Amino acid sequence: MALLTDRDEAAVRKEFQKLAGPVKLIVFSQELSAAAELCRQNEQLVREVAALAPDTITVEVLNLSIDRERAAGYGIDRAPAIVVEGARDYGIRFLGIPNGYEFSNLIDATILASSGEPGLTAETRAALAELADDVDIKVFSTPT
Amino acid sequence: MRLAQHMAVASERVRATAIEATEFPDLSRAYRVSAVPKIVINDRVEFEGALPEPEFLGAVLRAASNAA
Repeated sequence: MALLTDRDEAAVRKEFQKLAGPVKLIVFSQELSAAAELCRQNEQLVREVAALAPDTITVEVLNLSIDRERAAGYGIDRAPAIVVEGARDYGIRFLGIPNGYEFSNLIDATILASSGEPGLTAETRAALAELADDVDIKVFSTPT
Repeated sequence: MRLAQHMAVASERVRATAIEATEFPDLSRAYRVSAVPKIVINDRVEFEGALPEPEFLGAVLRAASNAA
C-alpha cells in the first residue's frame, strides 16, 4: 500500500516543479535490527517521493551494517536515515522517517539541494563564510 | 529545520540533521528533549522553538566560537 495519498502526490509534484538539478536521496537501512520495519517504511517513502520526479531524483539504498565506510563517510551511525545530496554533499541529514512536519522538510531539502542556492540574507551568508570550525546542528522534532 | 538546512547549503562547515525524536529515545534523552522543535548546536548551544534568522545565526556563531 502506498504511503503517500493522491493528494500528497499532487502537492509534491507541484513543489517539484521547482527542482533545478539532480538530487540523490541516499537511504540507510538496517534490516536485522529493531528498526527494520521503520527502515522499510522509510525506504518506501523515499522511493514514492523520488518516483514523482524520476528524471531528477535518484535513490540509493545502503545497509548500515554492510556499507560501513559509506555510512562513516556521511557520519551516519543510525537507521533509518536519509542523506539529501545535490551537486555535492551539503550535509543535510534526516534521522527517522520524515513524517508529518518533517515530510515537508524533506521536500524542501530536496528542492534546496537541487539548486544549491540557500535562501539566506547576505549578512548570514557572509558570517557563515567566515566559520573556521565545523558546526553540527541537530533539530529534534516529532511527526505532529 | 529550514534555516539549518539553508545554512548547511551555504557553508561546507555546517551539517544539519533532522531527528525524529520518538524514533530515537536514547538521543532524545541524551539531549534532554522535552519540547520540540529543539535545536542543539555542536552539543553546547541549545534552544527550543523557531528563531528568526539573525538570532539563529547568533546561536550558530556562539556554538562555533565555543569550539575547543
